Amino acid sequence: MSTAGQDPRDGPAGAGRPVVVAAGITKRFGSTLALAGAGITVRAGEIHALVGRNGAGKSTLVGILTGLQAPDEGTVAFDGRPAPPLSDREAWRQLVACVYQKSTIIPALTVSENLFLNRQARGPGRLIRWPAVRREAERLLATWGVDVDVRQPAAMLSVQQRQFVEIARALSLGARFIILDEPTAQLDAAGIQRLFQRVRDLRAQGVTVLFISHHLQEVYDICDQVTVFRDARHILSAPVRRLSRAGLIAAMTGEEVTMPEAVRRPSAAEASVVLSVRGLVTRSGAELSLQAIAGEIVGIAGGGGSGKVEVAEAIVGLARPVAGAVTLGGRRLRPGSVADAIEAGIGLVPEDRHRQGLVPQLSIAENVTMSVPHRVRRYGFIVPSRRDAFARRTISDLAIKASGPHVPVSDLSGGNQQKVVMGRALAGNPKLLVLIAPTAGIDVRSKQTLLDVVDEVRSRGTTVLVISDELDDLRICDRVLVMFRGRVVSEQAHGWSDNDLVAAMEGVDLRHV
Amino acid sequence: MSDMPATTAAAPVEAPPRRKFPAIARLRDLALVPAIVAVAIVGFIVNPVFLQSDNIINVLQSMSEISIVVLAETIVLISGKMDLSLESTFGLAPGIAAWLIVDPSVTHGLGLHVVPPALAVPVVLLAGALIGAFNGLLIVRFGLNGFIVTLGMLIVLRGLLTGISGGKTFFALPSSMTYLGSATWFGVPASIWISLLLFAAGIVVLGYTRPGRALYAIGGNADAARAAGIRTDRVLWLTLIAASTLAALAGLLISGRLASVAAAQGNGAIFQVFAAAVIGGVSLNGGRGTVFGAFTGVLLLFMIINVLTLAGVPAQWTNFLNGAVILVALVVSRITGGKAQT
Repeated sequence: MSTAGQDPRDGPAGAGRPVVVAAGITKRFGSTLALAGAGITVRAGEIHALVGRNGAGKSTLVGILTGLQAPDEGTVAFDGRPAPPLSDREAWRQLVACVYQKSTIIPALTVSENLFLNRQARGPGRLIRWPAVRREAERLLATWGVDVDVRQPAAMLSVQQRQFVEIARALSLGARFIILDEPTAQLDAAGIQRLFQRVRDLRAQGVTVLFISHHLQEVYDICDQVTVFRDARHILSAPVRRLSRAGLIAAMTGEEVTMPEAVRRPSAAEASVVLSVRGLVTRSGAELSLQAIAGEIVGIAGGGGSGKVEVAEAIVGLARPVAGAVTLGGRRLRPGSVADAIEAGIGLVPEDRHRQGLVPQLSIAENVTMSVPHRVRRYGFIVPSRRDAFARRTISDLAIKASGPHVPVSDLSGGNQQKVVMGRALAGNPKLLVLIAPTAGIDVRSKQTLLDVVDEVRSRGTTVLVISDELDDLRICDRVLVMFRGRVVSEQAHGWSDNDLVAAMEGVDLRHV
Repeated sequence: MSDMPATTAAAPVEAPPRRKFPAIARLRDLALVPAIVAVAIVGFIVNPVFLQSDNIINVLQSMSEISIVVLAETIVLISGKMDLSLESTFGLAPGIAAWLIVDPSVTHGLGLHVVPPALAVPVVLLAGALIGAFNGLLIVRFGLNGFIVTLGMLIVLRGLLTGISGGKTFFALPSSMTYLGSATWFGVPASIWISLLLFAAGIVVLGYTRPGRALYAIGGNADAARAAGIRTDRVLWLTLIAASTLAALAGLLISGRLASVAAAQGNGAIFQVFAAAVIGGVSLNGGRGTVFGAFTGVLLLFMIINVLTLAGVPAQWTNFLNGAVILVALVVSRITGGKAQT
């Protein structure tokens, strides 16, 4: 199966000398086989994508390539020399650097101190010379074109700035090979473009990048070479431009996957208006009015700061609007009351599942039934058998990969956690389902399952609002309202072109340019 | 949430805002200075004695021992841990030295021959260091929760002092134990010099050395600190040892000043210590706060107590007012700091 280092390479992407060669890597964790004879070859000056579904072995490979874990079998070589021993952290840090999804920035300290943590410039008496630290930090960021005031606390950085700072820090340690572990997961569309520009600049300066992603579009946007892992094995390595999208998906999943699209477009005559939002104004000043009928999927698209999340949170009562009214099925919702919204029949998948969506230590059953205690109760007491039966239904309906309803959600993968959040949103048979960035950071298969579920729910007459800037999420919508800087700037009927929608989200009107 | 990307989205396009952040950390450091000045003015109005040098020395001396414990707690808090047992160490460390040295015919001691009086000070400090090392063993090595471990240690150490002293007070201490707490250097009590010097040293170590900055890194994000090559376990262990040693020294100073070690020495002091540190801007969640801030916190607390005394508030009301002062100071620092207290 493994073809690492054997596949023919041609074209500019494959021409460089190999920066890192990992071959025949096997790694076990207890009974789980995390990598089975897998390998990868990354050549100098290329942007190499490593893709695969959750559990494909990407993280394990990153751990091995960064010297945090030793492979059970197989070899890793940098520039043709065998990798240093694990204990020699300094040597590893000069060879390879990784920008993890999880921040390795210390929020309370300044940017300059974060850049030179534990290696601050020192003067007489081994005391730190702060002006020198600051100057070095400014010089370092200027070298890599990162425009950030180094004196501010790192807590004030945006996700994007933090990534740039982490990349600069990694490069300052001497590494010219960096691994970006799902760097786009928390960025909006404009942020991703800026990140890509930065990565291209780095390539131009001779830096080699291993880019780990869930999103196939990104692979085509920026990468030269792609390696696919599936079920702990290396499936293929190829130049990106020689691989079709369908072929790439097939390699990742082992079968063809098609994303669902809106199929049925109910007309106003068929159904009555379920959701009516009139003159809603959020505290940040975003405005929205809309009406949606039963069984309709309405998308609200926009970049970060467009106000799309704020209006959604105002509709479901997470935030109190300044003005306006939300009516669901003839009932006017009390502003700023989630309890009232749930009672009226709103199901919500919030933006940040870790913060608002789940209690990680509790089981799937407890999480799923959290907002519907009355359905698993008898004489005022929760009945565990009812709760478990309810959870088992959810697990099978949503194809959650778990051994049973008692598994804590913290043990699940990101995609399955999101399914639990969805299960809870659906637990009360909602009239209106509000999904905020429902597929952010989850793998392609889970994404497909979730979107299929949405389509099924709507066929039962539930109205769905999808708040997202992911084109795949929006493709299932009957119509998409595009917000920009707090206003709805356009409405795209089903069948919109990607370019039009993206342009509208970016505030560009293609027809008038 | 999504306001954040909006502001950054604009940044690279338009002229990026630069030089907009004056040293915020340093401004925060001085947050209590206006309050201290205000209390000084009120104190002067209440009783002009307040600003006389005798009274100022009195305030500084009354806070010198506790302030050293505040310093100890501050470094532990900044590293993201907690040490409740400091108040018991404050009593037990000099208690053990007294127990080993004091003549049993006078009080509950073991006798003169166990340890020569000249070794009293090293014994006190060693006792403190050992207590810190044991805390470190449980918290760092075995990964137990620091709050519960040191709560247990607080009770155990307090009980140990009660046990060896028979619940009585050690007195007739050797001069080696009373010297530091009672001596006067250059017209000012030695304990004031010692506490001020320790705070100065704390400011330098935590502000200008790599191990000091490592405390902030560990308290702010232990994984990131480890990734930056900081030996987090070792630093934490040393921090706990240093804190307990400082508490032992503080206990020695107060024993010297009072020429005795009561079985209840330090009892309940930890609450005042935490209050002073938090008022001074030290975060209970770790990674935030400065030694100077902690000093202003403890200074403000003791100035207010002194003003109340000068105003003739009956001693029975002191505890009530102490608590009220802590709450008011927290509210004030919440308002001036502009951020939720953590």
